[in-house]
Amino acid sequence: MSVFDRDPDDQVQILDADGELVGDPPDLSDAELVDLYRYMRLARHFDERAVNLQRQGRMGTYPPLAGQEAAQVGSAFALDDGDWIAPSYREHAAVHVHGLDLSDILLYWMGHGAGGWDTGAHVLPAAVPIATQIPHTTGLALASKLRNDAAVACAYFGDGATSEGDFHEGLNMAGVFDVPAVFVCNNNGWAISVPRARQTASPTLAGKAAAYGIDGVQVDGMDPLATYEVTRAAVEKARTPGDRPRPTLIEAVQYRFGAHTTADDPSVYRDEDEVAEWRKRDPIPRLERFLRETGRLDDDRIDDIETDVRTQVTAAIERAEDTPRPDPDRMFADVYADPSAELRAQRAYLNRLRDRHGDDAFLKE
Amino acid sequence: MSTETQNLTLVQAVRDGLRTEMQRDEDVIVLGEDVGKNGGVFRATEGLYDEFGDDRVIDTPLAESGIVGTSIGMAAYGLRPVPEIQFMGFIYPAFDQIVSHAARLRTRTRGRFTCPMVVRAPYGGGIRAPEHHSESKEAFFVHEPGLKVVIPSTPAETKGLLASAIRDPDPVIFLEPKLIYRAFREDVPAGEHTVPLGEAAVRREGSDVSVYTWGAMTRPTMEAAENLAEEGIDCEVIDLRTLSPLDRETIVASFEKTGRAAVVHEAPRTGGLGGEITAILQEEALLYQEAPIERITGFDTPVPLYALEDYYLPSPTRIEAGIREVVDFP
Repeated sequence: MSVFDRDPDDQVQILDADGELVGDPPDLSDAELVDLYRYMRLARHFDERAVNLQRQGRMGTYPPLAGQEAAQVGSAFALDDGDWIAPSYREHAAVHVHGLDLSDILLYWMGHGAGGWDTGAHVLPAAVPIATQIPHTTGLALASKLRNDAAVACAYFGDGATSEGDFHEGLNMAGVFDVPAVFVCNNNGWAISVPRARQTASPTLAGKAAAYGIDGVQVDGMDPLATYEVTRAAVEKARTPGDRPRPTLIEAVQYRFGAHTTADDPSVYRDEDEVAEWRKRDPIPRLERFLRETGRLDDDRIDDIETDVRTQVTAAIERAEDTPRPDPDRMFADVYADPSAELRAQRAYLNRLRDRHGDDAFLKE
Repeated sequence: MSTETQNLTLVQAVRDGLRTEMQRDEDVIVLGEDVGKNGGVFRATEGLYDEFGDDRVIDTPLAESGIVGTSIGMAAYGLRPVPEIQFMGFIYPAFDQIVSHAARLRTRTRGRFTCPMVVRAPYGGGIRAPEHHSESKEAFFVHEPGLKVVIPSTPAETKGLLASAIRDPDPVIFLEPKLIYRAFREDVPAGEHTVPLGEAAVRREGSDVSVYTWGAMTRPTMEAAENLAEEGIDCEVIDLRTLSPLDRETIVASFEKTGRAAVVHEAPRTGGLGGEITAILQEEALLYQEAPIERITGFDTPVPLYALEDYYLPSPTRIEAGIREVVDFP
């Protein structure tokens, strides 16, 4: 049975919380399965280091992703290079899988404007306003369709975003225009302090797809095999028009182990018991157990992965921290293709002041 | 270049400009509410659906944020969308998309992704329209770095400015003075025709006072200038045409000649462009100034329902009175 024929509340799961196979495994090679694991380990370690960088004053406010690795890595793994991602601000793992460098992701949170725009990855910049990237995704997908391209556009957003008008407008237009789009809702249970139940009386978020005449699927978002499989099915359906609508809304049910951002204290609004309960469903030990029991991983290989991951993240942090502060001239560089006389005058004014007083006169240290 | 012309109204020139640019560049896509089969509620897109098909002229659901947000995605992909917002009073649901995304996509990606999009919207009062159909809120968009704001006032320039806006690599808010959509006809060049953005036009040369205006207010301002000429007051009328970026050079050069200035706009006074123009004159030409600069504007009230809109909108009488204040000082 196609995953699109299930009820929206019939959650797709392939690996249960104990790592037992409860469904058909996706068509991935041993190397690809190990890669899924490696990316999740990388994401978790990157996240821990990033939170510590913020705590040590080496980085600004940062939104952690721990607990959400499976939904990000599994779904992004299902995209082809020519496909597009329109992320929210928490999809560090998804955009890395799709081509952005870890150091460029860090540099964004370190207040630089780098962002990896020289990589050629089809990734829009993180949308910090909530749900605004959903209509962009519809537009990317509509453009792909109008040009008869194969590219699929994939949006990421949280459970809170489903309450925004842009969620409705973007999905509604995607349905009307039948565009090759996949909308991945990373339902982590909390929009800062507001629980999922306060966002909507709708029994599921996936069920909202019915209002737009598109497919809605709920998946265990802490199961990397299920999120891969469901996203892959949605991408293929988007790419190859058939009997079903091309767009899909995927509700990946998961949990944010940490705070909304490093500026948030979740102990104010949720119990540690709840967190402990969800930690039992941690996607990383789950996949590790499956890969060990099927002979794809052993202690030695896991140690190697651990070492690689640490080396890779340390190198990314070093590269980010070694990147000099951008030249203040950069503020003016890309506001317009052709800056106005007034903008050029403001740029010259700042540079005159810098010449006269020195950059130290501007900087709070 | 063709010397052929067509005698068109301003709204027909919008249509002609869209059509010419769509013929020139197949990436130009028109989308919005009622723009397809209906040809637009003001007929600005009439016939385009039949000529270019439903892949190029797209009737959308009724969703301003969705229309602009979808256009941003299309532009990032490489198309040149021209979304229509049916009336400026309905642009606010799309405000977040315009200022948070369209305006800064180039900056946020160091030029990797850009937003060559033209948001068209009829603006302004004076047509006895229902509530929320008469707003003139250009200042909101002038305040946003990364956007350009254009308001034409003649049919030929409407076509030329619209073509330039569509070819521009950055997002343009193109506000159409619906009061004069059909007020008069003018010979409009056939075929491709552009008028550069960022350049004001001197509509009437004069030596006593510089009067700055744009869009629908250009006509009552010109009427006031002609009436005052009979009293011996010689107005120079500057039609700004592009409000962002402002043509500071033309603004200042006129003031250096006259030493006196008035600004006419139908938007509310506080926070309106009149303040910005006054500041430019203070910064650039203080020593030429001979009188306080007069702002002849809409009031700081919500746009009234139409029974009172003639009191709200600057009329030739109000404009003449304002200019006399400037000229009679001290």
